[in-house]
Amino acid sequence: MLLGLLGVQPSYGYDLKHGYDRLFGREKQLAFGQVYAVLARLLKSGLIDLLGDEAGAGPDRKRYQVTPTGRDEITHWLFTPDIPSATLQSNLFAKTVIALLLDADAGQLLEAQRAEHQQRMRVLTQQKRGADLATVLLCDHALFHIEADLRWMDLTTARLDELRSEVRR
Amino acid sequence: MSTSIVPVATEPAATTGPLLSARGLTRSFGLTEAVRGIDLDIAAGEILAVMGPSGSGKSTLLHLLAGVLTPDSGTVSFDGDRVDGLDEAGRARLRLTAFGFVFQFGQLLPDLSALDNVTVPLLLTGVHRRDALARAHDWLGRLDLAADGDKLPGELSGGQAQRVAVARALVTEPRVLFADEPTGSLDSLAAEKVMLALTDLARASDTTVVLVTHDPRTAAYADREVVVRDGRLSGTGR
Repeated sequence: MLLGLLGVQPSYGYDLKHGYDRLFGREKQLAFGQVYAVLARLLKSGLIDLLGDEAGAGPDRKRYQVTPTGRDEITHWLFTPDIPSATLQSNLFAKTVIALLLDADAGQLLEAQRAEHQQRMRVLTQQKRGADLATVLLCDHALFHIEADLRWMDLTTARLDELRSEVRR
Repeated sequence: MSTSIVPVATEPAATTGPLLSARGLTRSFGLTEAVRGIDLDIAAGEILAVMGPSGSGKSTLLHLLAGVLTPDSGTVSFDGDRVDGLDEAGRARLRLTAFGFVFQFGQLLPDLSALDNVTVPLLLTGVHRRDALARAHDWLGRLDLAADGDKLPGELSGGQAQRVAVARALVTEPRVLFADEPTGSLDSLAAEKVMLALTDLARASDTTVVLVTHDPRTAAYADREVVVRDGRLSGTGR
C-alpha cells in the first residue's frame, strides 16, 4: 500500500504516514517505525529510490520515488485478483483507492476481482452436488460470505466517481 | 446432496461453433439505449449467466436473443440462421419449437392444474392430448412434483410453482432455455432446488441455457457469466 501511495507522487516518510492514515488508518494508524522499515525494504529491493536530501514539511530529509520496477510492481498488485478470503475487503479497498489516486482503471480491477469471486462460487456450488449435509452447509457459509464481498464490489463500482473525488481531496 | 432431484449429468459443454450468436446488437426504448453494441457467442449445451445491476439491459439482451424483441441494429443467429430478420410469425414459431422460457414469477395459467400447465406447450405444437399428458406427467416427476399434478398454481408453494414452470419450459425439449430471474422471488432453499433441477435437467438433455440473474448464487450454477453494465458487456466479454 505504501508503494502504491508513493506511486502518486514522490514523498517523505512523514507525509506517507499521514497520507496512509487519512485513507486507511481509521481503525489503526501506522507507526513511524513501520513506515521507515517498509521504505528501507522497498529501497533495498529496488522498487523505490532516493530523490534527494532536502527538508519537507516533516522532520525527515529523505524523499523517495517509485522506480520503473516499482511501478510495474504496483500495476501487478492492482490488477491481480486476490483469492477470496476474510481479509480481502480491506486489501481490495486499498487497491481501489490507490488505483483512483494513480488514475488507473479501478473499475477493471473490481471487475477482475468480481470474476475471481464468481469463479470461486461456481467451484463451491459444484462441491455441494452430492456432498453430505455438513459439507453443503460449510460451502453455503463460504458462498454467503463471498456473496457479501460481491455486493460490496457492485456497490463500489457504482460509486467509483464519488470515491474518486473524495480520495483526491 | 439430499436435495438433488435427478441423477446429475456433468458432461462438459460441447465445444463446436456457437449455437446462439449476437453481433453489434443495439436496442433503444424511446431515448433510453438499453443495449448498446453487444457481441456474444453461446455454445451448444452451455449454461451462461447474464449478470448486471437492475436496468443494465440484461433482460433486453435476453429478449433480443430469444426473438421476443428485434434489434435496432446488429444480428442474432441461432444454429447459423438469422433470427432478427424473421417476421413475427417466424419468430413465434421458433419460440414455440426451439426455445423454452422461465420467468421470475412462473406465470402459470392460474385456472389450469400444474399438469395441464405443462401440457399446454405440447398441445400448441400439435402433440396428441394423451401423449402430451403422459409426457407432462413424466416431466413433473423429474421435478419431484409427481404428486402435485392436480393442484392449481395457487395451491403450490413459490418453489413448487417455479419447478412447474421449469417443467413447462423443458417439456418440449427446447434447444435453448431462457430463464429471466428464475429464483428472484424465492427463498434460498427453494431457489437452490429450482436451480439444481433446472441445470441438471438442461445438462441431461444438452439444452443450452441463458440465465439472466442479478443473484451471484444463482449465477454460480452456470458454466460462465457475462456482465452487462450500461447496455454493454464488461469483464469476461464475449
